[in-house]
Amino acid sequence: MIKTLLNRRFQRQESGTQYRTLWQLLHLDLPLLIGIVSLITFGFFILYSATNQQFSMVEQEIIHISLAALIMVFLAQIPPHVYQRWSPALFYLSLFLMVVVLIVGRIDKGAQRWISLGLFRFQPSELMKIAIPMMLAWYFTQHPLPPKLKHIGIAALIILIPAFLAAKEPDLGTAIILILSGICVLLFAGIRWRFVISLFTLITTSAPVLWHFLHGYQRERILTFINPERDPLGTGYHIIQSKIAIGSGGIFGKGWLLGTQSHLHFLPEHATDFIFAVCGEEFGLFGSLFLLLLYLAITAACFRIAQNAQDTYTRLLAGSIGLMFFISVFVNMGMVSGILPVVGLPLPLISYGGSSMITLMASFGILMSIQTHRKLWSQ
Amino acid sequence: MPNHQLTLRNRTRENFLFQKRLLVSIFIVCVASLLLVSRLVYLQIFQYNHYTTLSTSNDIDLHPIPPRRGLIFDRNGLLLATNRPAFNLVITPDKVENIDQMITRIKDILPLNDSDITLFKIQLDQHRRFDQVPLKLKLTPEEVAKFSVNRYLFPGVEVKAQLIRQYPLYNAFAHVIGYVGRINSQDLANVDPTNYAGTDFIGKVGIEKYYESQLHGTVGYEKVETNASGQTVRTISKMAAIKGEDLYLTIDTALQIAAEQALSNDRGAVVAIQPSTGQILALVSQPGYDPNLFVEGINDQNFQTLQNDQSFPLYNRALRGLFAPGSIIKPFIAIEGLDEKATTPSFELFDPGWYKVPGTEHLFHDWKLDGHGWVNITKAIIESCDTYFFDLAHKLGIKNIDLILQQFGFGQLTGIDMGEELPGNVPTPEWKLVHRGTAWYPGDTVQVGIGQGFLQITPLQLAVATATLANRGKHFKPYLLYQTSAPDGSITKQDPSEGDPVILKNPKNWETVINAMTKVIPEGTGYRFGQSKYSVAAKTGTAQLFSVKHDENNPNKVIPIRLRNNSTFIAFAPVDHPKIAIAVIDQNNTTAPEIARKVLDQYLIKERNL
Repeated sequence: MIKTLLNRRFQRQESGTQYRTLWQLLHLDLPLLIGIVSLITFGFFILYSATNQQFSMVEQEIIHISLAALIMVFLAQIPPHVYQRWSPALFYLSLFLMVVVLIVGRIDKGAQRWISLGLFRFQPSELMKIAIPMMLAWYFTQHPLPPKLKHIGIAALIILIPAFLAAKEPDLGTAIILILSGICVLLFAGIRWRFVISLFTLITTSAPVLWHFLHGYQRERILTFINPERDPLGTGYHIIQSKIAIGSGGIFGKGWLLGTQSHLHFLPEHATDFIFAVCGEEFGLFGSLFLLLLYLAITAACFRIAQNAQDTYTRLLAGSIGLMFFISVFVNMGMVSGILPVVGLPLPLISYGGSSMITLMASFGILMSIQTHRKLWSQ
Repeated sequence: MPNHQLTLRNRTRENFLFQKRLLVSIFIVCVASLLLVSRLVYLQIFQYNHYTTLSTSNDIDLHPIPPRRGLIFDRNGLLLATNRPAFNLVITPDKVENIDQMITRIKDILPLNDSDITLFKIQLDQHRRFDQVPLKLKLTPEEVAKFSVNRYLFPGVEVKAQLIRQYPLYNAFAHVIGYVGRINSQDLANVDPTNYAGTDFIGKVGIEKYYESQLHGTVGYEKVETNASGQTVRTISKMAAIKGEDLYLTIDTALQIAAEQALSNDRGAVVAIQPSTGQILALVSQPGYDPNLFVEGINDQNFQTLQNDQSFPLYNRALRGLFAPGSIIKPFIAIEGLDEKATTPSFELFDPGWYKVPGTEHLFHDWKLDGHGWVNITKAIIESCDTYFFDLAHKLGIKNIDLILQQFGFGQLTGIDMGEELPGNVPTPEWKLVHRGTAWYPGDTVQVGIGQGFLQITPLQLAVATATLANRGKHFKPYLLYQTSAPDGSITKQDPSEGDPVILKNPKNWETVINAMTKVIPEGTGYRFGQSKYSVAAKTGTAQLFSVKHDENNPNKVIPIRLRNNSTFIAFAPVDHPKIAIAVIDQNNTTAPEIARKVLDQYLIKERNL
């Protein structure tokens, strides 16, 4: 009965679109949805263990995810041309909010990342994580691709001004993410490879200068990354502990809830940034690979949407959302397993914490919107 | 026709380009995934045995090894500050589910008073989860035994041998060495907290604070394997702590104690300096206090007692006691008077017992009501004639007076390696306009001429100025650190630091004034000093006010202490090649000269056989 419901075809002729299945009626993309649900479910098991079986925290997370899911469904209903039209406005609004945060934050004692909106705190830099790709996608649809040098110049401004504001908060991790998300869009827009090479050379040659601008604790992070043993009681502690946790998981893991490293020294980071270590310890290589596979499946679903997209704006947006999603997974797993320095970025959809979850689900909502608002014939 | 688009979009080409880029992205994803997979395979297969060992059912604990704090000695190697082992009860919060419950249960076995618990709670906030936080210090052997027998009941709590700072000489060096106290979050903000893991104490005042970074050393750590009840099974690896540097101070303990005993119950200060180097031989501020009380966290009662004591034992008078010097300033005024030719060695003035600024009616009285008669500069110094100096000050003018006083170091920080000093005040007309709102009067100048009025100095400044006088102008920065001994045994001696000298236009003026000062004891106001085997140049004085600035609690409150029986005294000896310069302030008695005598005897006779 449910099957017939799911497969019931709704025939409707309205401005050229045809709704075919329940999922399409709801504007949900089934493959992506399945990937997300599977990942989140697996994530709950890991989270439950990481929080030392505090179900209350898992409950909190369920609430966060439900809220985020609602946002996702809501955003999926909005047709992409609306997003396209409002991209610049959203970008300018986010920019404005980031400036407000900096000013207000100066009055507050150092907490420069949040705006308190009564019930919950809102992080404008999170908003910027969607706003930059949308703005860039919009911008690149104004001119033919591949983009010329002056277009890239403007694009660079669109990326670097918010990144600079983020770095001033100071939130270097987010600044890097913003830059990377912009680079993803540039990549998909077809930036010429010679630009990429010259950009790369510019970054490597200015590395010593950038080093000068880093705060003490940021330099510490990089130096400890290269050799965690140099600061085993301070910043090296997390890396050392998580490598032990992952390594001792072996192929099959120690079993759910039976991880020792993560439990004998309860660190809140085990529920947030370093949660992957719990997965590695308790589910072993199989579990880690399985997790990676789930993430790859979601990435593949995103790329599929990008491939099927029908105009430049949607293509660019979909592609960069998918690629950025994978990059944030890679950064977190790389950090936890010790191949990247500690940057304080959570594991998407699994780490405890609401703010990044909402942004992520929102972007999935936009992806679903792109996929399900396609006309059956291309323009 | 709008011409903002000169080229038409080739949508097919754009789509093709995009698909190519999509492939590139997929390629990036694959490469990155492969990287992760190989890393995981490395960790979870190749390094599996290694990491399993590290995470067996035994727990791995990282214990910081606090470094041994550097010792403090006097210039002859006498121990002034040391570390004594004590058994302390420590808790590791990470291993305890409910700390309050745990404390209640501990109370059943060991006595714990409320201040212990309060201090512990404060420390708790400032330590990391896996640090060991001390709950009770200096357990007796019985308490150690009692707890050890029951330790299985208290997982996460253990008895730990730690070193506690001790000052064997109690009060004598309180105002020089200061003390260490329990470390708090403010302290942690100023240092590298990782280096202080496992350290509970930090220098709070005095030398202990000024040289904290040398004294503290570098933390080490050991990785140990512990069993379920937290006992160390074996040490896996260890990085030794580097002990702090030992400090040797310039102070001569015998001299310091002699000065302390000479002052006995009087309030005051004594500062003795070696003129040829600037080394401080003695620095006493009475009353003092027992710094050992502060090490463990002084309990409220004791602290209130000390704080409310009207003699202000916690206040370092040598560095922070401000007073109008009185007659003791006269030699410095005399030097300037001679050098600026406002007077000459032979010029004589008649002193009827009072002075009037020409053109005014106000009478400034000499301390000797019927005056000293005819005085020249030598007699004026010997008998401390106020009238002569009123007149001399008026002739010099405040600008010249300010100049010479500043050259001798008054009105500025001396730069002593202890911090905490006050600069005092050399009043200028500008200063008076800002702080008093009125113009400078000639009457103000003559007051400064006899060391009263707005002039404020500290005993340390006075001693340094006396040393400069003893050197005939050569000025050394006063310092307390004689040498340091590094962990590898190498000794680094501190070199004297010469400041700007006082240069006279006619160097003979030094001798004129100094000669006069040599006669102060045998022929003048310094008779209380008595006859000594060694030659002494001296000057007596009476301080007008000894104000105690309590900046810590009441920034604007200055408590003036009206003094009737008080005395100040400066001297250096021997006159020709001075080995010691001294400044003494006695707030309760006229015995400053006698105090100086005892100190100089100790140094020159007992120690140097002069």
